[in-house]
Amino acid sequence: MHVILFAVFAGFCLAGAINLLLQSHPINSALSLIVVMTSLAVLYLMLGAEFLAIAQVIVYAGAIMVLFTFVVMLLNAGREDRTLGSRAALRIGFPAVVAFLAVIATMILHAQGLGQASLNEAITTTEELSAVLFTKLLLPFEVTSVLILIAILGAVALASRSEGQEERTGGK
Amino acid sequence: MSSFLSQQVPLSWYLLLSAALFSLGVVGFLFKRNLITVFMSIELMLNGVNLSFVTFAHQWHAVKGQIFVFFVMMVAAAEAAVGLAILIAVFRARATLAADRIDLMKL
Repeated sequence: MHVILFAVFAGFCLAGAINLLLQSHPINSALSLIVVMTSLAVLYLMLGAEFLAIAQVIVYAGAIMVLFTFVVMLLNAGREDRTLGSRAALRIGFPAVVAFLAVIATMILHAQGLGQASLNEAITTTEELSAVLFTKLLLPFEVTSVLILIAILGAVALASRSEGQEERTGGK
Repeated sequence: MSSFLSQQVPLSWYLLLSAALFSLGVVGFLFKRNLITVFMSIELMLNGVNLSFVTFAHQWHAVKGQIFVFFVMMVAAAEAAVGLAILIAVFRARATLAADRIDLMKL
């Protein structure tokens, strides 16, 4: 059962990621990224991370991707130009990525002591996770909330058109 | 074939999937020409790394790996908010999202 579930959702993940690269319209890429993130949530659940699976669906597939689709629709982003491209990325970047993947894959395949994963085993409950998060790591957690607050303020300040800026662009 | 019929999946498969997702994210970052899609490739890379964090947390029965993923998610949410706001500002100034046409720091 675990093998079948892994095969199905890992396949969804890879298919979504490859589709993200092949699609030329940003909205199609955003939708395939949602597929990737939702199937990753299932994989987290299979690895016993129940809180992260829910957080993945809510935060990533819910909040972040909704933001992405809103921006794609707001900016009315059309198809991307395929003619413009750098040769350096093709000549150096692609072989570098393939070499990187090959090195990582051989390291993983030769690694000793990696265990197995099976269903109904070693599930980390939300209670255990929050016990560590709210006692030992309380300060980083609170700092994260400040970070989110600053990010909200920064996003509003960047996205809203200020009067001074309008004046400056109008004067040109 | 015997491992396929058993009920267990080796953790190295999860790590390989994570490496593959990260590499696909790098390829998207290098080759996509639309700024929004480039940004999505960064999210794909973050997700690939998160999967290996969760895998190692399962391997060592440690909660801290999962907490790390939680923090990565929060930072990714903040990054998405600020990054998309920057994209909106850039689009307002340049009326384009093609990465090749945005080559000046000045708005």
